[in-house]
Amino acid sequence: MQLHVGPQLALQHPAHLILCPTTSSIELASVSINSTASTYPFTWHVQSCNCIEPQWPAEELLMKYQYISDFFIALAYFSIPLELIYFVKKSAVFPYRWVLVQFGAFIVLCGATHLINLWTFSMHSRTVAIVMTVAKVLTAVVSCATALMLVHIIPDLLSVKTRELFLKNKAAELDREMGLIRTQEETGRHVRMLTHEIRSTLDRHTILRTTLVELGRTLALEECALWMPTRTGLELQLSYTLRQQNPVGYTVPIQLPVINQVFSTNRAVKISPNCPVARLRPLAGKYMPGEVVAIRVPLLHLSNFQINDWPELSTRRYALMVLMLPSDSARQWHFHELELVEVVADQVAVALSHAAILEESMRARDLLMEQNVALDLARREAETAIRARNDFLAVMNHEMRTPMHAVIALSSLLQETELTPEQRLMVETILKSSNLLATLINDVLDLSRLEDGSLQLDVGTFNLHAVFREVLNLIKPIASVKKLLVVLNLAPDLPEFAVGDEKRLMQIILNVVGNAVKFSKEGSVSITAILAKSDALRDSRTPDFFPIPSENHFYLRVQVKDSGVGINPQDIPKLFIKFAQTQTAGARNSNGSGLGLAICKRVSRMVTKGLLLHLGCDVTTVGSTHECLRVISQDHRVVFMDLYMPDGFEAAVRLHEKFTKHHERPLIVALTANTDKVMKDNCMRVGVDGVVLKPVSVDKMRSVLSDLLEHRVLFEG
Amino acid sequence: MAGVAQLQRQLVDYTASLFHEGFLDDQFNQLQQLQDESNPDFVVEVVSLFFEDSERLLNELAKSLEQQTIDFKRIDAHVHQLKGSSSSIGAQRVQRVCIAFRNFCDEKNVEGCQKCLQQVKHEYSLVKSKLETLFKLEQQILAAGGSIPFPM
Repeated sequence: MQLHVGPQLALQHPAHLILCPTTSSIELASVSINSTASTYPFTWHVQSCNCIEPQWPAEELLMKYQYISDFFIALAYFSIPLELIYFVKKSAVFPYRWVLVQFGAFIVLCGATHLINLWTFSMHSRTVAIVMTVAKVLTAVVSCATALMLVHIIPDLLSVKTRELFLKNKAAELDREMGLIRTQEETGRHVRMLTHEIRSTLDRHTILRTTLVELGRTLALEECALWMPTRTGLELQLSYTLRQQNPVGYTVPIQLPVINQVFSTNRAVKISPNCPVARLRPLAGKYMPGEVVAIRVPLLHLSNFQINDWPELSTRRYALMVLMLPSDSARQWHFHELELVEVVADQVAVALSHAAILEESMRARDLLMEQNVALDLARREAETAIRARNDFLAVMNHEMRTPMHAVIALSSLLQETELTPEQRLMVETILKSSNLLATLINDVLDLSRLEDGSLQLDVGTFNLHAVFREVLNLIKPIASVKKLLVVLNLAPDLPEFAVGDEKRLMQIILNVVGNAVKFSKEGSVSITAILAKSDALRDSRTPDFFPIPSENHFYLRVQVKDSGVGINPQDIPKLFIKFAQTQTAGARNSNGSGLGLAICKRVSRMVTKGLLLHLGCDVTTVGSTHECLRVISQDHRVVFMDLYMPDGFEAAVRLHEKFTKHHERPLIVALTANTDKVMKDNCMRVGVDGVVLKPVSVDKMRSVLSDLLEHRVLFEG
Repeated sequence: MAGVAQLQRQLVDYTASLFHEGFLDDQFNQLQQLQDESNPDFVVEVVSLFFEDSERLLNELAKSLEQQTIDFKRIDAHVHQLKGSSSSIGAQRVQRVCIAFRNFCDEKNVEGCQKCLQQVKHEYSLVKSKLETLFKLEQQILAAGGSIPFPM
């Protein structure tokens, strides 16, 4: 369409010309002109057909480029939301859908705007203009809205990023910790397994070997060795190794500083691979030998199981366990590995001590078995011996009695014949001696049979009173020779007849009475026989005897009292033990007869006694310090003692001890043949009241006594 | 009877000679003084005891001196006892030899001891036989119905 507009204006600035549909006239829709009336040249470019030639060919190029760019922009603008929608749909999580819609709208509208712009390069109708305007307005609205929205959203998005980073770190940390826990758990598992292996055996060698094997496996060691202390305790000997089958008895002194260092702590200690205990095999690797760790293994003894000082104080001996990592591996000992080693070392110690206990108990059991066997053998031998002895005795019994009886019988017969007094005396002696010998033989045989319980009682009815009378008759001759009075008291309720072994009863009573007579030098022997009542039966001196009275039995108590030297209370238990001799104090002859000293005091004692009796004193003679102390009482006013006897001085001391109050104590007078200064000093030291020089005459004794009793002291010059 | 008086005179003389020859000393008199009705055989008893003890001691001494290594202490102890008992009954000569014996013991003189032992044995047997004779005389007097004259 041609347009003639007044003067020919070359519109440079594009103007919007609207074709009015009604009038079909072109009106200038809008022109942007600076309102100031300046001569702003503007050219109206009107697209026309042939009458207006384009001013600038460059402008056409620009136009073309703009056209193309706008097209592509539109394309891009349309494809971006499509992509967004596509990918968001694909993803599961996207919290900002609304923003997406907004953003999409914004882009779409921008695209539309640019698209519509394509039509505005050429002449276009009013509709296009309107559409363009609408699009632009909407775009403006949406983009502003989006811009405003983004202000809120972008910080959020950024913070999401921060949180993501934070969570990533946390996750890494947790991963690390997980790794650690897993390692620990694995260590624990290894320890348990190792312990189980170690403790599943009680054999020392197996324990140690298993330890090394398992440790080697668990920790992937190159070498593992155990050094045990030698018997002397001065060296450590290589006892077990993991790889080498037969370790040579290689020793190192125990006092090395490295060893002391390891022994002084219960932790695993890293040691140098060059120290003697670690140089176990030739260096296999080219570069670095692996790190070496050593730990002590306490060797416990049975007596070391004290709860309170386990295992620190009570052990002295340690073994050394050396563990080597593989060389050239650049591996290092980790904390958990060291812990493992420490735990294992402890377990090994326990396992070893259990093994030791077992060994010990096995040994004890073997010993007991041996002893049992030996005892059994001994018992059998003893039995054989007893049987042999009994056989012997039986034979000898017969063999000895026969000639004995012959002698006795023939001597008796001889006695009946006519003999001179001398011959008669001789025959009587022969008879007495043979009877004695026969009794002795019988006694020995009977005693043996009594011992092994084969003595049988010859039970019969007999006259009990007669037995005592017989004993009396037998003992009277000897007693009268010794001027001993023998008195027999039979209780009125003692039955006259009894059932029992008469011979043995007589034997026993005769034995005891005989002893009484034998050991009494003067005085009397009294024999009392009573019926023992149940309460009187228990004797403190024979606590093992529990008499049980019953209807048909009675207990006969025979008491024999004499005035002899007496028996030391300590010796009373020995009374009825075969062949034991009691030793009187003062009889210390190593010769064994034990009689020397005791006897020789008899003469002087007798003389002294005679003196005193002559002077009208009541005299008690004693044969030893002990007897003196036993017999002494406050009735005795003076004690005369012969100071040569070994316990002469001792007697004086004991008397002082016994009578602490001065007036209660009898006066002590020493009789001695020696009155040198030493003797006098000793006398004063032990506290005698007087010293008398032997031999003592009647007159001397008389004056001594009067002096003593008057002055209570006497010292003869 | 004349026999009794004769015996009694014999006894007195014999006793005097024993004293005179030094076999017995005053201690024997003391012993005799102690003999009375309550103790009629005192002297005999004491002397018998002396004989017993001395014999044992002499045996011990002989044995001790025969040993390879002589225990002088022991010998001294025995001799001391012999000395004591002999002095108790008044066997003077025995007592004297014992004193010498003890000196040799102190000097540890084996030869001296052995010589003394022989001497002691000799003296002892002498005094023993003398005393036995004395007692036999006393018995004879008593058997004949007499009484022992009181010592002077």
